Amino acid sequence: MLTDLHKHLLNDFQRDFPLSPTPYRDIADTLGVTETDVLAALAELNEQQFISRIGAVIPPNQIGASMLVAMAVPENELQRVADQISAFPEVNHNYEREHRFNVWFVAVAATVQQLQAVIERIEQQTGYAALRLPLVDDFFIDLGFKLDLQHA
Amino acid sequence: MDDTDRRIMHATQAGLPLTPEPYQTLAEQLGLTKEEIMQRMAAMQTSGIIRRIGAVPNHYQLGYRFNGMTVWDVPDDKIDGLGQQVGQLPFVSHCYHRPRHLPAWPYNLFAMVHGKTQEEADGQIMQIAEVLGEYCRGRDVLYSTKILKKTGFRSA
Repeated sequence: MLTDLHKHLLNDFQRDFPLSPTPYRDIADTLGVTETDVLAALAELNEQQFISRIGAVIPPNQIGASMLVAMAVPENELQRVADQISAFPEVNHNYEREHRFNVWFVAVAATVQQLQAVIERIEQQTGYAALRLPLVDDFFIDLGFKLDLQHA
Repeated sequence: MDDTDRRIMHATQAGLPLTPEPYQTLAEQLGLTKEEIMQRMAAMQTSGIIRRIGAVPNHYQLGYRFNGMTVWDVPDDKIDGLGQQVGQLPFVSHCYHRPRHLPAWPYNLFAMVHGKTQEEADGQIMQIAEVLGEYCRGRDVLYSTKILKKTGFRSA
């Protein structure tokens, strides 16, 4: 169950988190609560996985090279292939989606060459071809996402 | 971006510490001063290495169960203008131009939408279709059915 404080923390601080020595106290002052309240509420949001973290969001390819990859894998092979892909430390997201291309993952490496090598290794290990979908252009101006928390 | 910047980004990958002075906590871990960390993070934000600093919500856990990757085939010479318009829609959380792979993959514009119901997601997809209008030559929506792995930076 989300309190009003949880909801404010979720919606009002997706950007411009204070770069000050005591950011949680600054947030508390803005919201008219105590620093302890803010720290406790954020710990609760973390524990219940309502936030994945408080931190910096980085546009693609700012740190190293990354690529979105899709694979079309038969249902009876899906678990094996998904486990093999997820075992790669370079893979940081891996989703099953309803489509002929049903496995979608993001691989990240320090350089483009290393990234290509990782994807080739994944193809060899799994036995399936990778549909390579690198970023050509990013159109998103990320100001956070306005959450509807009325019934949350 | 130098090695110190990289160390700061890696140290905060899982999130800023929930301590009264989080930058001081980081400074002690990294052997830097809190002033240097705050200055460097501010500079990375100004230069665009950091897009924003804040709470990163978990849409799925907050009730957004219909998270669709919408994909569209639009003319290459129109994609920049169209992509910017789609990226500005309030419910779109990511919007990217990616290459086609014909014939298996004809789509070049990707936009993530998030709805609490199927109807809400369908309405969002219709609004994207309206923005694209006659330039939409094909489309599909891929809903995630399972998160197989999710760690670290959101970066693609």
